[in-house]
Amino acid sequence: MFESISAVTNSAGYLLEGVGVTLLLVGLSLLIGFVCGIILTLGQVYGPRFARWFVGIYVWFFRGLPNIVLLFLFYFALFPFMGLDLPAFGVAVVVLGLRSAAYQSQIFRGAIQSLSEGQMLAARSLGMTKWQAIRSIILPQSLRLSLPGWANEYPVLLTDSSVAYVIGVAELLTRTSQVISRTGEPMILYLTCAIVFILLNYGGMMIIQYVEKKVRIPGFGNNEAECL
Amino acid sequence: MSDVPILKVENLCKSYGDLEVLKSVSFEIYKGEKKVFVGPSGTGKSTLLRCINQLTIPDSGFVYLNGEEIVHSGKKINGYRQKMGMVFQNFNLFDHLTAVRNVELALLKVKKLDKAAAHEKAMYELEQVGMADRADFYPAQLSGGQAQRVSIARALAMDPEVMLFDEPTSALDPELKREVMEVMRKLADRGMTCIVVTHEMKFATSFATEIYLMEKGEIVEHGPPSDIPTSPGFVKTRAFMGSYVEE
Amino acid sequence: MTDSINATGADGGLGGFFQNLTDSIISQIPFWQDVLLPALWDGLWVTMQLVVMTAPLGFLLGLLIAVSRVYGSAPVKWLAQLYVIFFRGCPLLVLLFILYFGLPSVGIVLGSFMSALVGFILCNSAYNSEYLRGALQSIKRGQLLAARSLGMTKMQGVMYVVVPQALRRALPGVSNEFIYLIKYSSLAYVVAVIELTGAAKIIASKYFMYFEAFAAVGIFYLVIVTIATIGIHRLEMKYAIPGVSGAVGKVSKGH
Repeated sequence: MFESISAVTNSAGYLLEGVGVTLLLVGLSLLIGFVCGIILTLGQVYGPRFARWFVGIYVWFFRGLPNIVLLFLFYFALFPFMGLDLPAFGVAVVVLGLRSAAYQSQIFRGAIQSLSEGQMLAARSLGMTKWQAIRSIILPQSLRLSLPGWANEYPVLLTDSSVAYVIGVAELLTRTSQVISRTGEPMILYLTCAIVFILLNYGGMMIIQYVEKKVRIPGFGNNEAECL
Repeated sequence: MSDVPILKVENLCKSYGDLEVLKSVSFEIYKGEKKVFVGPSGTGKSTLLRCINQLTIPDSGFVYLNGEEIVHSGKKINGYRQKMGMVFQNFNLFDHLTAVRNVELALLKVKKLDKAAAHEKAMYELEQVGMADRADFYPAQLSGGQAQRVSIARALAMDPEVMLFDEPTSALDPELKREVMEVMRKLADRGMTCIVVTHEMKFATSFATEIYLMEKGEIVEHGPPSDIPTSPGFVKTRAFMGSYVEE
Repeated sequence: MTDSINATGADGGLGGFFQNLTDSIISQIPFWQDVLLPALWDGLWVTMQLVVMTAPLGFLLGLLIAVSRVYGSAPVKWLAQLYVIFFRGCPLLVLLFILYFGLPSVGIVLGSFMSALVGFILCNSAYNSEYLRGALQSIKRGQLLAARSLGMTKMQGVMYVVVPQALRRALPGVSNEFIYLIKYSSLAYVVAVIELTGAAKIIASKYFMYFEAFAAVGIFYLVIVTIATIGIHRLEMKYAIPGVSGAVGKVSKGH
């Protein structure tokens, strides 16, 4: 028992760095997903036909494939094929980010479509251009509306980030496995790893819920914030 | 006619926190009688009905069904409830079942009838309330009046000895109230014992054998319909009652 | 002009990329026919087994958890909630490692396939229970009251009145979860189950045909997921009831 605990404590620093890598991976992927997601949404809602067509294919592709297959495909095949030499971490960020963009774009799209048409009409009647209306009226409202759905992307990406293990990204799970191969104790170390993920999961959700409360506009939008 | 009342309510009390909803309510009802409870909203009339069939458990007091005490009857309450058909203000039809299957469900699961018998019984009861032609409609496809008639049929199918109506027409438009009231009158003519909570004074006076006036959880006055509308208590309360909707 | 085309090809730019793609596909037809596709068919069979066994068990367990959380006594509710917190919060891959590498160290050896199956069922049930719980709680109280007024026990009311309605409302969420299940079944590869992804990975490494193997397995997944999505949509339409349908408890997630 004592040895088990010391196995954890001795590697604590190494594993903590893994937590950092995991969080960085999740943060960067969320960011890429957010930016690309908005672009995809605007293309799908306001863009010309070929843009809608492209977004449709994009979403179908990234939502139809398992993470692990996407990672293999990009890491072993697509990027080398295109002559890109990204490190595993970079590939994981790009893949998780592009994939998250597919999901986030659909969250934003739902929010934009739930806004009444009157918002756009009112903005245009004041003499705004379409782009101005989108930027200063439609996006601020729809982003607030999509917060509950968007907040859900964090736990999804957090749990998905562990899949980066398969291409050797040195995140928490990979490091846990490395420590286990040195010290044994798979049960106690994997359980610890699970508990750390669970804490990161619910800790992050609590922060997000706090932010959600802060930016809520009285009487606007849904109060159906997912909580557990 | 037996001299044991079908239903006897004795000193029923119910509070929610500090709010006393029922303060020692007592009355009894014999076979074929129609007792109508009127009074301002929030005076405990609906709670009284639910305390009678134990959907709400009273804090104290007793309810006797054919002389048997049922407040503390444990599992046997499910049997007693079959004898007390209940009709809700907002119908509470089972939304996932067609009209006829709404009526069949308890026949199958509680009375354990076989499918054919349950169906026959259900169709008979729907016929009685004029809803046989809507048997295969889902609740969302029925008007409020139709839904309420189905829910009456559903309660009747259990062959109850007394019917409890909890503001059966409150959620309905005036023209839909009429069809439900007609069904209730037909039922009364067949000798069904009824306890009704309502705001419809005109219906109450023509339907009831006795009217009870409730205020703040107590029965403040009761008597035959001919007396009640002119009694001092009612005249005072009438101001609060809002609706004296013509039938 | 010719030089520039050649240069792009040599640089592996976009034109060269597609040129290479076409070339490699045509020259490797025998490889696809004799090696890759047979291996993937075998893998598909294993994937199907995992999915078909997990789905009903994960659903039933999820329903049990959901009913416990809504109608259970205090300790039962608490246990059910703990279950959901753990199996939703723990990445499935970590869970698989606990089952496959961790459990043997305390004397429980499940083996590859069983580890994957058990892990999927635990994960699937935790997520399903959330959709089902939302749906159960969305059913109006009057439905159970009406059931009880007819003499049904609480059990009967829940079983015959509340659950059938809740199931229809949870259907969109539960079927989403089924699509996710198809995709995360690929994680079984990590605990040495040779399903679709595992089969592709083995061929890819053995023949050094990464692009071909992963492109092929990608197409497999896209086809299965698309068929399942269409099938589920049909199912939803078929079992829709006026006034009872509609999405509830939108707890989306992905793997």
